[in-house]
Amino acid sequence: MTTAAKPLLSVRNLVTRFGRGRGAVTAVDDVSFDVGVGETVAIVGESGSGKSVTALSILRLIPSPPGRIESGQILFEGTDLTKLSEREIMEIRGNRIAMIFQEPMSSLNPVLTVGLQVAEPINVHRRKPWDAALGTAKQLLGRVRMSDTESRIRAYPHQFSGGMRQRAMIAMALACEPRLIIADEPTTALDVTVQAQILDLLKDLAQGSRCSLILITHDLGVVARYADRVVVMYAGRVVEQAPAHELYANPRHPYTRGLMASVPRLDGDTSKRLVPIDGQPPNLARLPAGCAFAPRCRQATELCHRERPALTETGPQHQTACWLEAPAHV
Amino acid sequence: MSEADVLLRVNDLQVHFPVHNGAVFRKQVATVKAVDGVSFHLKRGETLGLVGESGCGKSTTGLAILRMLEPSGGRIEFEGQDITHFDKSSLRPLRRRMQMVYQDPFGSLNPRMKVRDIIGEPLEVHGLASDRRAFDQRIAQLMRTVGLLPDMADRFPHEFSGGQRQRIGIARALALEPALIICDEPVSALDVSIQAQVVNVFVELQQRLGIAYLFIAHDLAVVRHVSDRIAVMYLGRIVEIAARDEIYRKPLHPYTEALLAAVPVADPVIEAARKRIPVSGEVPSATNPPSGCRFHTRCPFVMDRCRHEDPALRDLGAGRAVACHLHDMAAQ
Repeated sequence: MTTAAKPLLSVRNLVTRFGRGRGAVTAVDDVSFDVGVGETVAIVGESGSGKSVTALSILRLIPSPPGRIESGQILFEGTDLTKLSEREIMEIRGNRIAMIFQEPMSSLNPVLTVGLQVAEPINVHRRKPWDAALGTAKQLLGRVRMSDTESRIRAYPHQFSGGMRQRAMIAMALACEPRLIIADEPTTALDVTVQAQILDLLKDLAQGSRCSLILITHDLGVVARYADRVVVMYAGRVVEQAPAHELYANPRHPYTRGLMASVPRLDGDTSKRLVPIDGQPPNLARLPAGCAFAPRCRQATELCHRERPALTETGPQHQTACWLEAPAHV
Repeated sequence: MSEADVLLRVNDLQVHFPVHNGAVFRKQVATVKAVDGVSFHLKRGETLGLVGESGCGKSTTGLAILRMLEPSGGRIEFEGQDITHFDKSSLRPLRRRMQMVYQDPFGSLNPRMKVRDIIGEPLEVHGLASDRRAFDQRIAQLMRTVGLLPDMADRFPHEFSGGQRQRIGIARALALEPALIICDEPVSALDVSIQAQVVNVFVELQQRLGIAYLFIAHDLAVVRHVSDRIAVMYLGRIVEIAARDEIYRKPLHPYTEALLAAVPVADPVIEAARKRIPVSGEVPSATNPPSGCRFHTRCPFVMDRCRHEDPALRDLGAGRAVACHLHDMAAQ
């Protein structure tokens, strides 16, 4: 899907840092990946892996200070987003690129009606008068399969359940027909049956309008169900990326393999012990010199502790950052 | 199954919370029936998984069994004793026999206490800490049991990671050698790579010490991994209870089926081939539950009868029970 056509979004060697001097933390360290038109890319990682900071960097939502995009490019439809002024990025945010956050309650304004909040991007970006924008908002709430939209647009967020709030967030994201939606753990706060409803809806709507989707999650099941391609992050770096089928059939990085072995599955063998990944997720302020996963890796060699492996081609559209997979090593 | 094997028996348990209105003349305006007629039993050394979505009453059930919440009705029997109306002084020896592990490893440990004192507190409370040397040995032993280094006994909780803190919580629960541990979402706050470490601790402890668990969780894959039997709750009721493999192989209640279908499996090939059972809507409010079967508002197989007739939890034999009119008919 991505091969010949130009990608919609191309993140190149992105570095995002927080703080200065000795306390500085590199949250995103030399991250590169592409998102094709209409493609769903999942970014997988644990807390502190840099997956959310990557998303916030794309939208230039990193609080500064202390954070800043130090280097790299974020090419969206040919424009480098890192070079834009605050005014120019505001033209793109919520318009060409929309974002859905994990906590719908804290990302909705509690004192404005839902209708007004869904209508706002239409008013701002499409310069439609409020009454017309509210009419569109009503249609949008229908598209996210809310019933009784007439009264819903006049309701306040606290009158909605968690699932309904997330539907309102999706309606807001869709308001300006974006080319890319970034969803950061959109269903982590929701119950499983509602989680499936929301993700199905998001995927359907994105597919219907050929909108690309970046899905940030820690749930390997969600990735398997919804993603076309997967980017696995660890300690701020991409350790592996591949098409979803390829990644699940042939996980190459010991971290990816470790994750897959440690998560119990509904269809797994219950007599087998789960194989946990030893140790703790790394502290970004005190990363080892070599591969960040080396202290937890059972196959780590002396080279792994000394030098960082680069992301290299290890299969069809499959890249892995691991010395064990490096061509010189094989 | 002989009666002697039964560690805990819960019969028609009800926990209702009054809803008040007004600040001065507080009037009761409604009742939230968080747990409304729950019955099950738990054998020694067994794990019963209690699953359901938020608000289904699974945690309230756990707290009522520990008598940290007052049951509004029903009967709780533990080790052959009716403990439903035990007063404070009779509860104390009981608490040695049942303990709890909480969800939040950050909120459930006192930040100003050393790990030694956190794990040792139950021993002190129950007057088992008279000899300092024996006390220290016991702490060290407990820490080793859950995979912590005894050298860390003088550290404070903030010096530990989430997974390690959860181990401290488990060591504290183990200190009094309980027969039952109620685990309320014990791994859901942990990073995925850490969850397996803690799940393995639970499984190994049970094999070694024969503790029974009431394992409350919403993650069906984790519950499946640790449980012998599973009870599915919906809006204050158990809708289905069965042996683990039975329930996953052939769920009978439409809600169980929907719940299982909603959980994605970490394999794109299987996911692409999977049958999906969509359930619409969300869990209704427990203040005003639907009439008849509480699931009827979301059930894809709803019949007229379901709207006004509440299905009872019917025993289908072989330890399996389901509360659904579809299976009433099948049985007749």
